[in-house]
Amino acid sequence: MDYAKLMNKTVQELKPSGIRRFFDIAAEMENVISLTIGEPDFSTPWHIRQAGIKTLEDGKTWYSANAGMLRLREAISAYCERHFSLSYDPKDEIIVTVGGSEAIDLSLRVLLQAGDEVLVPEPSFVCYAPLARLTGATAVPVVTTEKDSFRLTADALRAAITPRTKALIFPFPNNPTGGVMRREDLEAVAAVLRDTDIVVISDEIYGELTYGDTPHVSIAAIDGMKERTVRISGFSKAFAMTGWRLGYVCGPQPIMKQMLKLHQYALMCAPTTAQYAAIEAMENGDEDVVTMRNEYDMRRRYILQRLRDMGLPCFEPEGAFYVFPCIAGTGMTSEEFCTRLLKEKHVAVIPGTAFGDCGEGFVRISYCYSLKHITMAMDTMQAFLAEHCR
Amino acid sequence: MERLLKLLDTNARLTTAEMATMLGTTEDAVKAQMAELEKAGVVRGYKALIDWDRTDRKYVTALIELRVTPQRNCGFDDLAERIMKFEEVETVYLMSGGFDLMVIVNGCTFKDVAMFVAKRLSTLDSVVSTATHFVLRRYKDRGVLFLGEDVDERGAL
Repeated sequence: MDYAKLMNKTVQELKPSGIRRFFDIAAEMENVISLTIGEPDFSTPWHIRQAGIKTLEDGKTWYSANAGMLRLREAISAYCERHFSLSYDPKDEIIVTVGGSEAIDLSLRVLLQAGDEVLVPEPSFVCYAPLARLTGATAVPVVTTEKDSFRLTADALRAAITPRTKALIFPFPNNPTGGVMRREDLEAVAAVLRDTDIVVISDEIYGELTYGDTPHVSIAAIDGMKERTVRISGFSKAFAMTGWRLGYVCGPQPIMKQMLKLHQYALMCAPTTAQYAAIEAMENGDEDVVTMRNEYDMRRRYILQRLRDMGLPCFEPEGAFYVFPCIAGTGMTSEEFCTRLLKEKHVAVIPGTAFGDCGEGFVRISYCYSLKHITMAMDTMQAFLAEHCR
Repeated sequence: MERLLKLLDTNARLTTAEMATMLGTTEDAVKAQMAELEKAGVVRGYKALIDWDRTDRKYVTALIELRVTPQRNCGFDDLAERIMKFEEVETVYLMSGGFDLMVIVNGCTFKDVAMFVAKRLSTLDSVVSTATHFVLRRYKDRGVLFLGEDVDERGAL
């Protein structure tokens, strides 16, 4: 059978994730020191796991309400209020999803149709453009640069907007750059958006993981923005709950109403065990987040210093758990750098080009690893650079 | 201070420069803080965690429970101090519960340790009884895995 003929053409044309591709090469080699993984090395805090276990023991294994358990939505609502000064009605402005990724998919499918454009700041996580394409819309990259601390500027945004622009992906704190948007940056972006009908899809999955004294500000918290923002977050990164597959999306009731239909047909509801555990995370997990964030922060400072000491210019990441050093000075492309580092020294990092064409000249390094592991990788990378740079 | 202590508690071999980077302060500040902590007796020393089972050295450890008749005026302190002086003794704790002092002793062989207990500890005036428990296998010691490796089971996305 000619399977290619049988299947959706657009799907077949989608490229697999560049992160995955590189990881697969590394997985086939032995003794690889990997710095490729985008999830916490911590296990889910024990009291959160226990909350999940307890409900399994009690046999609470049924579907929940489509939008998620009301008690969890109430806990999420209180959490958003407490940490980000945002108030969402648990009844009809919050949906519990299968990871932040489902929420991204729902948002794009509800907002976009054929012929529309969605703006995607790059470098950024790999899923936005492929998912947008399935709706028939076009993803339009908006380049962010190191010069602007990898922030989206009002000028770049304004220049990218056309009459067809329906939505803006807002991926901050950013994977892979570590860039964050401060209140004044958000104000500038908001000033451009307020007179338009563009909806912001704010992917704040790393919202809890910012470093320094200024906490994360959601674009939804800026005057006039809440009504035009779909805010996505989840439990994976902040609470080290990646495998539980649980996220949530908050936004204006009319948008949520449409999303809920898709969610209901495709997923029914998010996993119930995970939802019970998530209630514990929302209500009693603040301290765990602080502990893990402090640990990431120490590694962040360490790895940044090491990279700079070995002569790689590196933007100081202000959020998430990646560094994004510039390797252009080695004369190699990102792809070449990563391939040779892996083949010659068995250290795996991800080429910046996996996150958009403008990632050329950069590599993404994750610091979700023990300090011992990071130290070993940095020592090896230093030796690699010494061999390849005069 | 507390952050520095936590860092030292997990890895005392970081250089002062590395610690300064990680804590977002200067190397001089770290040095000064460490000197202060040492002077104040908060930091009592720096040691390696050695798994002697992986070496040729003969090495056994025993946990010894001591029941004691406390002495008038000085309680258990006098006895603890006498026990501390033996170089075989690694640790002495005053305990709550079923016995009074926990003494951790290291030696080359089981017999060495048993003889040390019989000759040195049991014979002390206020010691009423002893119970010796030998360590057979160290799975984890002071927060560090001694048996098995931490395997990274995370996949890629």
